[in-house]
Amino acid sequence: MSRAVLIPDSRVSLARHARLRFDGLRGRWMLLVPEKVMTPDDICVEILQLCDGQASIASIAATLEAKYVAPPGVIAREVLDLLQDLSDRGFLTDRQVA
Amino acid sequence: MEDRALPDTETPTAYSIPMAVLAELTHRCPLQCPYCSNPVEMEQASRELSTAEWQRVMGELAALGVLQIHFSGGEPLVRKDLVDLVAHADGVGLYTNLITSAVMLTEARVAALAEAGLAHVQISVQGATAAVADRVGGFRDGHAKKVQAAEWVRAAGLALTLNAVMHRQNLHQLPEIVDMAVAMGAQRLEVAHVQYYGWALKNRAALMPSVAQLDEATRVVEQAQARLSGVLAIDYVIPDYYAVRPKTCMGGWGRQFFNISPSGKVLPCHAAETITGLRFDSVREAPLAEIWHRSEALNRYRGTAWMKEPCRSCAHAEEDFGGCRCQAFALAGDAAATDPACALSPLHAQVFALADTEAATGGDRFLYRNFSGGVPEA
Ligand code: SF4
Ligand code: SF4
Repeated sequence: MSRAVLIPDSRVSLARHARLRFDGLRGRWMLLVPEKVMTPDDICVEILQLCDGQASIASIAATLEAKYVAPPGVIAREVLDLLQDLSDRGFLTDRQVA
Repeated sequence: MEDRALPDTETPTAYSIPMAVLAELTHRCPLQCPYCSNPVEMEQASRELSTAEWQRVMGELAALGVLQIHFSGGEPLVRKDLVDLVAHADGVGLYTNLITSAVMLTEARVAALAEAGLAHVQISVQGATAAVADRVGGFRDGHAKKVQAAEWVRAAGLALTLNAVMHRQNLHQLPEIVDMAVAMGAQRLEVAHVQYYGWALKNRAALMPSVAQLDEATRVVEQAQARLSGVLAIDYVIPDYYAVRPKTCMGGWGRQFFNISPSGKVLPCHAAETITGLRFDSVREAPLAEIWHRSEALNRYRGTAWMKEPCRSCAHAEEDFGGCRCQAFALAGDAAATDPACALSPLHAQVFALADTEAATGGDRFLYRNFSGGVPEA
């Protein structure tokens, strides 16, 4: 096995063992993963909701760029970094066709 | 691994809505590990909660705000209703994790568990080879069964964590255990040094590693972490007796987590019954929410108000909550004392010396766990 390196054309989704849920009692989104509970911030939740295994990382970044103001390239890089980090922890499934 | 992208926030000081529960479905287990975290006086099968009782409790767990349920034991696969329990937990919205020795898994059962919504499987391993692992587990052919079970788990598309409990009798196999985890396709490996309560305390002389072994293990883990970044996540728990700062046991007593014992007792951790004089409430007697808020045992060491010196005036009090109450009781004879794993405990030097001596001069023979006080290794 080797490390999955994500590229703008990767099409990722959350793995079966990483579950994003809105927690009504605590009033926030939670990412449930083995042995722990994570509390993603709003932008992370928005990114993860767009990760449906169909949309490329580039198109997810484009969706966010149309919505938020940031210097060119910044959003694309942040989306890729965040998803690479989650991928390195084993929480994403990459549907990219090699 | 660091939580750079997703910080774990939520750190109130006293207690909060609980995040996760360890459901100890049974104390029965085909293995006999000499460090087993079950109490020395195990609960008989006849006292175990029924399927209907567990289902009721799971509804209460979800209503209380619990997010994850870890099915554990003993060996949870001993329970014939495990698949139904997993399905019920998933149905009420709990994230389900199976913590198993895996020797009782079959391909059909893996498929049924996956179908029932199981999110994750954690398999314990006792070594890297059958000779070492089967000796430690006291179960012939156990290791080969685990290797086979891990394959079925991965083939069913389930995520896998390997849990390796390490001690003087198997530490030399750590590099091979890392390789085995990669070969099995595990996403995570937990390398956990034995914690000395209950059975492990009885076997401490045979299990305690030397400082040199510990340093070597730390080196192996750090190298593997760097080499396998993005392939295998490795969590590492160092042995308390050689630590400088204590572990934040359970994230603080009764703060975010709890256990339910086979007969329904609500415990702040799996070892809490080693502390004598505490009364634990049962889900058979009261609603879970009431127990969580009002249990005398849970409230006893919640937060920091119960602390004595040096914890009371220590800057770390709200980070580590004074370490582990069970260890304080076992080593200092007082559950409200500073955990002797802490360098600021007056007992710290003594505990370190004890570990060092046992590692050098302790015998290697195990006392295996069973329902009648243990059986010495032949
Ligand atoms: S530690 Fe060993 S004996 Fe105890 S429950 Fe786990 S597999 Fe069974
Ligand atoms: S003195 Fe108590 S609070 Fe301070 S570091 Fe040690 S265990 Fe933690």
